[in-house]
Amino acid sequence: MEIVALNQISPDQVILWSWGFITLNVTILYTWLVMAILVGGSWLVTRNLSSDINVSRWQHLLEVVISIIRGEIGEMTKKGPDHYVPLIGTLFLFICVSNVLVIVPGFVAPTSSITTTAALATCVFIAVPFYGVSRNGLLHYVKEYFQPTFIFFPFHVMGEISRTLALTVRLFGNIMSHEKVIGILLAVTPLLFPVIMQILGLLIGVIQAYIFAILSMVYIASALSAEDDVQEEVKKEGSIA
Amino acid sequence: MDNVSFVAMASIIGASLAMGIGSIGPGLGMGQAIAQALSAIAQQPDERNSLTRTLFVGLAMIESIAIYCFVISMILIFANPFWGHFVKAGG
Repeated sequence: MEIVALNQISPDQVILWSWGFITLNVTILYTWLVMAILVGGSWLVTRNLSSDINVSRWQHLLEVVISIIRGEIGEMTKKGPDHYVPLIGTLFLFICVSNVLVIVPGFVAPTSSITTTAALATCVFIAVPFYGVSRNGLLHYVKEYFQPTFIFFPFHVMGEISRTLALTVRLFGNIMSHEKVIGILLAVTPLLFPVIMQILGLLIGVIQAYIFAILSMVYIASALSAEDDVQEEVKKEGSIA
Repeated sequence: MDNVSFVAMASIIGASLAMGIGSIGPGLGMGQAIAQALSAIAQQPDERNSLTRTLFVGLAMIESIAIYCFVISMILIFANPFWGHFVKAGG
């Protein structure tokens, strides 16, 4: 039995339980499930951490994941990844886990609903000015919108909005399209070919999580980069003088 | 032909045209990008990591065009706004 029918474009339309104005749909339920898996798993593993030679295998797993995330972010920002790991790492882990769990029968990826991806993209949309202002100050951040002249202000604003929209639709489109393709293939060639497409779907899910995290890091870094250039120039001039 | 079946026919033809024509450009662009990235990696294998990351970001940008076409065709087929209007008007 499939939870989301083939002609339903979003799991938001499947309502499991409703009381008054509160409705519980499939998206919220599975988002809570993914959150519970991430939080509960991390809590179980980090209960007894050790720093000597005997390290449990689950601690190894988390250390590998965190060090890969830190390395990827550290290559993109010159000043160390510590500020950005909480946001970018959480986005990556949530999207990756919810995409990979699709192979469990009965699981509906919360990222196949446009509301979830819009919420994640809104987080990035808010985080970009937050990091920009907290690093460079409000005046410097606002001044970036009027570069090179004030005529470019509406284009900067349009760019901010359209890239948030692109972030939303890209993740939603990829995951939702894959579910639909597998549903159609199950009707056409039932036995072996959908399995191969499922394996491809795992690859697509991980790549989309990676792309979402990398793109949000690129957007945040673009709000910071100008100040870094200025400081490097000042340092160069100082060393020459 | 009444209005409802005309809307259905136009939606299906429009969806297939959007998907078919809309995936030509991203296909050409992604092929070009991957070819250039492969030759760049062949010339400079040391820069492999940053080249791959830039390639993925660029592919995501190109791919989103095809994804827009796909979402439009999905909306035309499964969540067509005009369809509901005509069904309501026709009773």
